[in-house]
Amino acid sequence: MRDEGRGTRYESILVTAVLVALWHFAVMATGTKIFPSPVAVLRGLNDLPHLGAYTRDSLFRVACGYGAAVLLGIPVGLALGWFSSAARAANPLIQMLRPISPLAWMPLSVIWFGVSNLAPIFLIFLASFFPVVLATMNGVRNVPPVYVQAGRNFGLSTGALIARVIFPAVLPRILVGLRIAFGVAWLVLVAAEMIAVDSGLGYLIIDARNAGKRYDLVVGGMLLIGAIGLVLDALIRRTEKLKFVRWAFTEGR
Amino acid sequence: MKVLFRDISHDFGSVRVLDDINLSVVAGEFVCILGPSGCGKSTLLNIAGGFVAPMEGEVSIDGEKVSGPDPRRIFVFQERGVFPWLTVEENIGFGLFRQGEKEKRERIAHYVQLVGLKGFEKSYPRELSGGMKQRLEVARALAVDPDVLYLDEPFGALDSITRLQMRRELLRIWQAERKTILFVTHDIEESVQLADRVVVLSARPGRVRRVVDIDIPHPRDLSDPRYIALRDEIFGEIGLAHQV
Amino acid sequence: MGGLPSQFLSCYPPPDLRRVLPFTGLALFVLAWHVAVASSKGTLVPSPLAAIQGIIELAEKGLLARYVVASLFRVTWGYLAALVIAVPLGVWLGLWRRGEEAVNPILQLLRPISPLAWIPIAILWFGVGDVSAVFLIFLASLLPLTLTTVNAVHNIESVHLAAGRNFGLTGRELVRSVVLPGILPQLIVGMRITLGIAWLVVVAAEMIAVNSGLGFLIIDARNAGNRYDLVVAGMILIGLIGVGLDLLMRRLERLPGVRWGYVGE
Repeated sequence: MRDEGRGTRYESILVTAVLVALWHFAVMATGTKIFPSPVAVLRGLNDLPHLGAYTRDSLFRVACGYGAAVLLGIPVGLALGWFSSAARAANPLIQMLRPISPLAWMPLSVIWFGVSNLAPIFLIFLASFFPVVLATMNGVRNVPPVYVQAGRNFGLSTGALIARVIFPAVLPRILVGLRIAFGVAWLVLVAAEMIAVDSGLGYLIIDARNAGKRYDLVVGGMLLIGAIGLVLDALIRRTEKLKFVRWAFTEGR
Repeated sequence: MKVLFRDISHDFGSVRVLDDINLSVVAGEFVCILGPSGCGKSTLLNIAGGFVAPMEGEVSIDGEKVSGPDPRRIFVFQERGVFPWLTVEENIGFGLFRQGEKEKRERIAHYVQLVGLKGFEKSYPRELSGGMKQRLEVARALAVDPDVLYLDEPFGALDSITRLQMRRELLRIWQAERKTILFVTHDIEESVQLADRVVVLSARPGRVRRVVDIDIPHPRDLSDPRYIALRDEIFGEIGLAHQV
Repeated sequence: MGGLPSQFLSCYPPPDLRRVLPFTGLALFVLAWHVAVASSKGTLVPSPLAAIQGIIELAEKGLLARYVVASLFRVTWGYLAALVIAVPLGVWLGLWRRGEEAVNPILQLLRPISPLAWIPIAILWFGVGDVSAVFLIFLASLLPLTLTTVNAVHNIESVHLAAGRNFGLTGRELVRSVVLPGILPQLIVGMRITLGIAWLVVVAAEMIAVNSGLGFLIIDARNAGNRYDLVVAGMILIGLIGVGLDLLMRRLERLPGVRWGYVGE
């Protein structure tokens, strides 16, 4: 109904420019020596230490922790959704473990894995595992019974039913769950790197502050975290456009 | 003249949907606008309701040009228009924010009674059947005492038995309240059962092909030869042999 | 609830077993935990019993109430402040598409910045203390709540808006009588999810930026003397309160004016 003006791209550039200008003048006006101006941040981005290595470390940790959570979470979710007695038995435990902030596991993960890559990977795994399991489980429970009826009618065994009917039917919901889980994983990664290790983008930020109050590097690191998160989120969003799940995302936004 | 359509034309992009519609409706009249899907009849009703501005021509009511939605003319959607977060009486009272509390309560009670929803005042729409929701939306419209009602295929989502009952209800309410009604439908039988006049539109672009006067008094007997003759005349006009 | 009817489930338990099942999972977990700790000598991980004793010790010292209140205080204020700003902002952006498209790129860039990445900035601006933690919770909740509201406004049935305008409502009246009740069911779901994130963030923020609260308890118990029984006690408390907050928000989903939004789900 509303007009989709072609001018909107200019407007968004304009609004962004105005905000950056405000930031710049706020820094100038207050004469702060600590908080960086946009120009200082750009200059800081240029001489961020170990930028490539830190980015690689962060991406590696997310890939391992998140990947393990996806590979394990989807089958567990399918099983809990299908076998209602298993779900009944496991549910209180899941409900209890889920709201424990993954970062609260930090001391324990350091006991188990020491100060190594495994500790943050474990925290990221915890952060993304429960959202994936719950999204998959709820998805299976909401599969319309007629699909199952139709599948049984054509003589599918339980295994075939899960593979050929249930899984494709819940896939769109799983993908939405994967995206939410990624958001949490990305959030936890930064925090874990601030506390538990000495490399990565989270470490970069906390280190830039602690070693010499380089707030230009802090803000530069933050923007970098935002930009990488944005790209990864866009990649996951891409999967919602795949032709075998498009039916569930007809809203078209 | 209550409602006057003058030289209405309208395009969607490069497609002309309405072409030079001229039509006048008298106060208290029940007019059905009949046409195949996609002929622009809903657009015509939306123009009359003030939701869409016509590209050419204008609609006037009591000599006053329509320039936007107005509580004196209420549009009834299929039952989707009732607010799911309000109870039956809250829905009926929705438009009564200018009235005092006492009058509001009286009107709600009156229209609950009129559309046969007594006992369901505190129910939410999801607890009602499709027909009840439809009656609720009509009651909400009537409660603000509009002089024109626009109904856009209001019974399209109902089963055929409920649909017949709803037509009888609507006629009863119309005879009690004497509103001007513009009723859009693609159902030939429905139009002949309800209307004083049937306006037959052509397929896209919608033009007025013919206006048929239905000169049978209510209640109408569906086996009356005059009813059958008029019905078949319209079937013929649309170009369908009356056979399955 | 919808869901699969029982006859389709290959393994559907008899009624009396169903009542016991929810406890078996938890019981097995606690048992496995106990056995694992008992059988590994010299582990730092405390047994379930030690963890419970840890909770009792915290209660006796008066730390339990103080830390729980401190954490809840921060979450409440940060979350409420975010809600008060996010809902009007989201409604406004949702109704005014050009405004949304203008602001959208900034929202999208800020969204994936972990709220915890703001910790150095928060400490710079507000020092080590409550305000920093509240600010982080506020940041963590603001964007999800705003985006949920914008989405919910886009999903309002256009016939509802048309009907509202037909009865003569405009501007503020239309927002109050049609837009707000129309977005409420989706908004409440978003509020519940966001509260979960806020709870996660407060724990992390307390580990780094303040000297009280459940997050501080965990990091402090470890750093000051390897009291892992208190670490696990803190984790249990965090879990319990998280469950409580979630249940509280689920209550809202049962209100009569919003139930319509969840039918068929």
